Amino acid sequence: MYEFEHHKPASVADAASAMKGADDGKLLAGGQTMIPTLKQRLASPSDLVDLSGIAELKGITVSGGTVTIGAMTNHAAVAASADIKSALPALAELADHIGDAQVRNRGTIGGSVANNDPAADYPAACLALGATIHTSQRDIAADDFFTGLFETALEDDEIITKISFPVASKAAYVKFPNPASRYALVGVFVADGPAGIRVAVTGAGQDGVFRVPEMESALSSNFSADALANVKVSADNLNADIHASADYRAHLITVMAKRAVAKI
Amino acid sequence: MPDGTTGTGIGAAVKRVEDFRFLTGKGNYTDDINRPGQSFAYILRSPHAHAKITSIDSSAAKAAAGVLAVFTGEDMQVGSLPCGWQIHSKDGSPMLEPEHPPLAKGKVRYVGDQVAVVIADTYSQAKDAAESIVVNYEVLPAAVSMSDALTDKSLVHDDIGSNLCFDWEIGDEAAVDEAMSKAAHITKIDLVNNRLVPNAMEPRAAVGEFDAATGEYTLYTTSQNPHVIRLLMGAFVLSIPEHKLRVVAPDVGGGFGSKIYHYAEEAIVTWAAPKIGRPIKWVADRSEAFISDAHGRDQINHAELALDANGKFLALKVQTQANMGAYLSTFAPCVPTYLSATLLAGTYTTPAIHANVKAIFTNTVPVDAYRGAGRPESTYLIERIVDQAARETGIDKVEIRRRNFIPADAFPYQTPVALQYDSGDYEATLSSATKLADVAGFAARKAEAASRGKLRGMGYSTYLEACGIAPSAVVGSLGARAGLYESAEVRVHPTGSVTVFTGTHSHGQGHETTFAQLVSDRLGLPMENIEISHGDTNKVQFGMGTYGSRSLAVGGEALIRAVDKIIDKAKKIAAHVLEASADDIEFKDGNFTVAGTDRSMAFGEVALTAYVPHNFPHDELEPGLDEKAFYDPANFTYPGGCHICEVEIDPETGVTEVIKFTAVDDVGRVINPMIVEGQVHGGVAQGIGQALLEYAAYDENGQLVTGSFMDYTMPRADNFPKFDVTTEGTLCTHNTLGVKGVGEVGAIGSPPAVINAVIDALWDRGVRDMSMPATPEKVWSALQAAE
Ligand SMILES: Cc1cc2nc3c(=O)[nH]c(=O)nc-3n(C[C@H](O)[C@H](O)[C@H](O)COP(=O)(O)OP(=O)(O)OC[C@H]3O[C@@H](n4cnc5c(N)ncnc54)[C@H](O)[C@@H]3O)c2cc1C
Repeated sequence: MYEFEHHKPASVADAASAMKGADDGKLLAGGQTMIPTLKQRLASPSDLVDLSGIAELKGITVSGGTVTIGAMTNHAAVAASADIKSALPALAELADHIGDAQVRNRGTIGGSVANNDPAADYPAACLALGATIHTSQRDIAADDFFTGLFETALEDDEIITKISFPVASKAAYVKFPNPASRYALVGVFVADGPAGIRVAVTGAGQDGVFRVPEMESALSSNFSADALANVKVSADNLNADIHASADYRAHLITVMAKRAVAKI
Repeated sequence: MPDGTTGTGIGAAVKRVEDFRFLTGKGNYTDDINRPGQSFAYILRSPHAHAKITSIDSSAAKAAAGVLAVFTGEDMQVGSLPCGWQIHSKDGSPMLEPEHPPLAKGKVRYVGDQVAVVIADTYSQAKDAAESIVVNYEVLPAAVSMSDALTDKSLVHDDIGSNLCFDWEIGDEAAVDEAMSKAAHITKIDLVNNRLVPNAMEPRAAVGEFDAATGEYTLYTTSQNPHVIRLLMGAFVLSIPEHKLRVVAPDVGGGFGSKIYHYAEEAIVTWAAPKIGRPIKWVADRSEAFISDAHGRDQINHAELALDANGKFLALKVQTQANMGAYLSTFAPCVPTYLSATLLAGTYTTPAIHANVKAIFTNTVPVDAYRGAGRPESTYLIERIVDQAARETGIDKVEIRRRNFIPADAFPYQTPVALQYDSGDYEATLSSATKLADVAGFAARKAEAASRGKLRGMGYSTYLEACGIAPSAVVGSLGARAGLYESAEVRVHPTGSVTVFTGTHSHGQGHETTFAQLVSDRLGLPMENIEISHGDTNKVQFGMGTYGSRSLAVGGEALIRAVDKIIDKAKKIAAHVLEASADDIEFKDGNFTVAGTDRSMAFGEVALTAYVPHNFPHDELEPGLDEKAFYDPANFTYPGGCHICEVEIDPETGVTEVIKFTAVDDVGRVINPMIVEGQVHGGVAQGIGQALLEYAAYDENGQLVTGSFMDYTMPRADNFPKFDVTTEGTLCTHNTLGVKGVGEVGAIGSPPAVINAVIDALWDRGVRDMSMPATPEKVWSALQAAE
């Protein structure tokens, strides 16, 4: 790890100004991605702005058909939330299968979404449910937020403050974990909610999370697992690595999508 | 011997006395050792699999903050890291033995090879400074796979002229060919035994220290055998005489073989300590462990099994390619040869066997013994080809094993590949396992699984292994450059408590409990009066350490012999005090009694008499009560047994779930059943890991693709069901304890049981082969291809 300045502001405004004042500042949330990156010397920020002291970034509220989660809420809190379990149980279940207990107690929803790891779970939920990412500067629709591999619409000094999910009448997430890392090799979130019927896939795409229009239209005419049985996803823009070829990932998308629908 | 099923004697499930300090964070591991004035070393490693070093400029690093010294291979002119086993090729020539410098000289040969060491006040300073070292490499084509190495012109070591380290054979090839020509059926199989990364929980570490006042060096290191390290490093690498070199292996967090070997970093910190005049600590991080700990397995085998019309095995012929990696690690050459090919009879009466083993240098991390060491490879080969022969001949897979078992009354049994088994009853372990695994109910379970769209399979492994590695004369004739006896000293203190010094080393096995139980059993002392000391060459007499499941069968037996010497002497002392003949003294429950009388002395009183010898047979005995024994066994020991694995496969995803795993192992007499069960659990976990999850993958440039837990699938608890484990013993006939050893059986027996179960599950869908690890994608692809 290289040396850096550590800041621990108490408000989003102070965090934003700490970032502005830094040469090459980075936000630190749960550190589950940031700290290993620093330890492996893959990043050398001049300043780290630690968000853990900002009370306004934590907490879960469910009201008016919307689940709102503060950026600094960790995965374990989402998984354990009785409110989320009753309003949007698929989201609590997704959080409950991220990493291991240690990771779930440190890693945050804001960090996960900001990082946009192509194998992370939350991006699939954001896209399928039509979530809104609220930042220190604006509100961004999930549809516009995930722009590519580890890429998002966030500006350099922009801070995610919370994420709101419209409650869907039907929602389920099924993940095929990478056997080694347990991130998603393929994860499929299926939802029927205010944003319509959506199928979002994480883990498989070369550009990160994506939707599968053929599945969405198949489900629109017949919301059943059988309707997806013959929908094959092209392997063209899918990842291939030692754990799974693009063909295998394409196959798993259909299997996971069927299983998600069957769970609903 | 008393029946120790209660109390603390032989057979009692005594809780491990060492666990209190481990579970409360009070263990004393190498990284817990901090010496006054200690500095830190960072090793700069090669990023290339094969390259010439054209220049190294470390001037900026030397000038960097906190840096005490930077050394390269040019600076460190010392001996080569030695290989402890010499194999001769079938033409009689000795194996090719390239130089192995602790810091690379002129050339790097694998990603991870040591290029330079930076020593600084802090670890971060050393690491920072290392980034400013400019190494110019001329990258060379790398021989990554064994076939590359055999066909390419690219030589891992130019000076030895070939990538073929040796070309060895065992057995009677003419007899095998003759039998093959008369066979009713020949089954052929091609196998890959996947390369594994050991990943002990504690990464390797070393602290080197030099005392200018006494001229004594001390090395604290994560080793399974501190005396072996002292001998190899002192005599061959650094020329430090043993009386001036102390090696301490304190608490060690797992080894699995990877901490047997003498590694470069040990020599580097010891050599550099007097140069900078301060102690030096080096600790590997996990990523470094992946590319610097010796890897395991990595063989390719072709085998042919000849059968007669009744399914009796007539002959077995094997061709093996064994990857040595870039240099010869300490015991690498014996793994595919004397620890593998000599086991090819397995539990069967195959009368003619021939094996040819080619050992090959590649531009990869050196490969050496890993839990099981050679025996998992031969077991996998035998148990796979036997299953395949059953399929091809239509004989039931259990029946074909029974027809070929060495019968229980045929021991001692001489195999055609050098070994003579002393005892065993393979039918007994098979039938017990069959009951425990509820084989009778399998058809119903398979049908129920099918109703859920799942494929069930059951696989067997009726394996055998040779462990307790010793006898010295035999291993010497086979190429070992060391003896393989073991030593123990039993020091009875004046008030009757006991310290045992054992030449073995415990790094998870629970010796401090098992060995104390032996003493408790024999001397009738409570456990808390017995201390087991190991790991410090300044305390413990020369010993060979722990590997090859040898600690109890060799070290435990040495201990028993030393205890018996204590009893012998104590009887004479008691006889003198009690005014009786030593022949009339009986020793029981810690008391020496004159037979048929109530005159007796407690063990503690005898001990006190030995050290306060006012009334003592000075003519006959020396004072004191302190005895030593070195024990060199007559043979290996031969554990064996039956593992049965039941899997369920999801054909849609290719995921294999182990539903049930049954192990009935013959490990000889059991001293502590709880520890034995734990050893089998750990071994089976590693075996299932090899079969379903783990493999070290290199890309075509020689980069380790599975270089972290993000990509290398370490088994986790949720990969396994609860194991059904039990023992069923015949006794070893050549040690007095009757023990055989249990450290490796789990890892040796289990992989073929798992793969045979996977193939069984997939058979009806047309799949005929499966390689390790049977990952979901591989299983799914095999199902696709079979459709
Ligand atoms: C062993 C392990 C297993 C894991 N398994 C999974 C898994 O199965 N599924 C999964 O989805 N994830 C997994 N993760 C990732 C983990 O869940 C975290 O979500 C992820 O590391 C990022 O969250 P964090 O709070 O740790 O962020 P950090 O590591 O602190 O930050 C990550 C990035 O986000 C930026 N950032 C953080 N907060 C904000 C904010 N509020 N606004 C703007 N930018 C911000 C940071 O600057 C940094 O660039 C795993 C991680 C580990 C270590």
